[in-house]
Amino acid sequence: MNAKETRPTSRTRWLPSRFLPFTGVVALLVAWDLAIRFGRVPLLPGPLAVARAIAELAQKGFLLKHVVASLFRVTWGYLLAVSIGVPLGILLAWYRRGGLALAPLVEIVRPISALAWIPLAILWFGVGDLSSVFIIFVASVFPLTIAAMSAVGGVSSIHWNAGRNFGLSAAQIARQVLLPAILPRLLVGLRLALGIAWLVVVAAEMIAVNSGLGFLIIDARNAGNRYDLVVAGMVLIGTIGLALDAAMRRIERLPALRWGYADSAREAA
Amino acid sequence: MIPVREPLPGRTKLEIRGLHMTFRTEENDVAVLEDIALGVREGEFVCILGPSGCGKSTLLNIVAGFLTPTSGSVRIDGEEVRGPDPRRIFVFQERGVFPWLTVEGNIGFGLGRLPPGERERRIAHYVRLVGLEGFEKAYPHELSGGMKQRVEVARALAVDPDVLFLDEPFGALDSITRLVMRGELLRIWQAEQKTILFVTHDIEESVQLADRVVVMTARPARIRRIVPIDLPHPRDLSSRRYLELRDGIFEEIGLAHKI
Repeated sequence: MNAKETRPTSRTRWLPSRFLPFTGVVALLVAWDLAIRFGRVPLLPGPLAVARAIAELAQKGFLLKHVVASLFRVTWGYLLAVSIGVPLGILLAWYRRGGLALAPLVEIVRPISALAWIPLAILWFGVGDLSSVFIIFVASVFPLTIAAMSAVGGVSSIHWNAGRNFGLSAAQIARQVLLPAILPRLLVGLRLALGIAWLVVVAAEMIAVNSGLGFLIIDARNAGNRYDLVVAGMVLIGTIGLALDAAMRRIERLPALRWGYADSAREAA
Repeated sequence: MIPVREPLPGRTKLEIRGLHMTFRTEENDVAVLEDIALGVREGEFVCILGPSGCGKSTLLNIVAGFLTPTSGSVRIDGEEVRGPDPRRIFVFQERGVFPWLTVEGNIGFGLGRLPPGERERRIAHYVRLVGLEGFEKAYPHELSGGMKQRVEVARALAVDPDVLFLDEPFGALDSITRLVMRGELLRIWQAEQKTILFVTHDIEESVQLADRVVVMTARPARIRRIVPIDLPHPRDLSSRRYLELRDGIFEEIGLAHKI
């Protein structure tokens, strides 16, 4: 029996696996371009036109302005949601009776789309940055509360008991057992919530602000049907979302956290 | 019949009296422990032996202060147990190590009040005692089951408790590692003079380790019999007396020692 038969996975592939993640993107770009060239698909700019639109934005200095504006609103809305949602979730799980009383409320408010809050946001905060930040906050705060609650619920009773056995005070148990124990699960929740916060940026920036990628998309459509700019905005949102997600995944790989993702750690090893 | 030897002289460290435990569920009450009475002398190694699910772990959790009994009392040094205490440490199976701390961090977990120098010294001492030199910076998920179990034993010993509670500590280990760990536990017990309460469902294990084996019945658990093991350490596992004691307990539990 030769080596090829016994170890089929060791065959040299024509494409190393580190290039695989790009194949889908490249295939889409090629198909898109061909469709525009030969299929006469109406009202959709081709990939080259979109690339030119991004270059145009960069040249005029709008690219940085819009990206920074969107990141600014998402950062504030998200940080606000983290600083309220996470402690709230921990408290609801820690004080079980409080959780029983309030958890259904969270579950009722959670499925209401962030878009539904736009009229109230304008009523409360007027037209501007504050309303946008509020929309992003509302969209991400409840998933964070739920994530924190379930993370606390997942702490092993053995670890609680071990903490108590060594004579730790409630504050010490919170810091030395609870926090490190929930961190891996919590980080997954934080990453998903950041995705949601970024997802609603377009809706949040529909509220007559005059900057941001969401504004860029609405404005390009309203002021002259520049669909190349519309798609450029979409591409930028997708790319930045990918980068944010990748950054959060990097944090999950820290050695003190890796235990919580045993499967992915084994893959990496 | 197993000859019952008079208890050795020595100060009583731990005393359980008239202990009952009933778990109340929505539908019915489940009696888990019935009328448990047991005295353990200072420095004694006692194994609590019973079938799985009989309630021996519940008993250990009550003695350690994690659970409150339905009635009866547990006294340690004449003082009623009202909760967990760092003078008596519970060793879980290796699942008790904190996965977010390194070996060093785990062993030093209960030493927060010590000055840093003393803390370092103690950690180093117990790392050596359980043979984990070179693994100080390793995380539990990088260790084998036996090594994790050693980390937990070291973490317990580092706070210098008088009593150790061990709940089937070697149950998840392979049989070779289990034998090695038993030897190490005995060595540590003799060196550090702890009182040990050790829960197991393994008859051989109990006869290899204990000064006395407390044989429990199925649920609700009562004490069926207390068997003193009058064998000196190190124990010869093929000696007549060892086999006699082991087979006596097999018979006691109603198992023919044949397959």
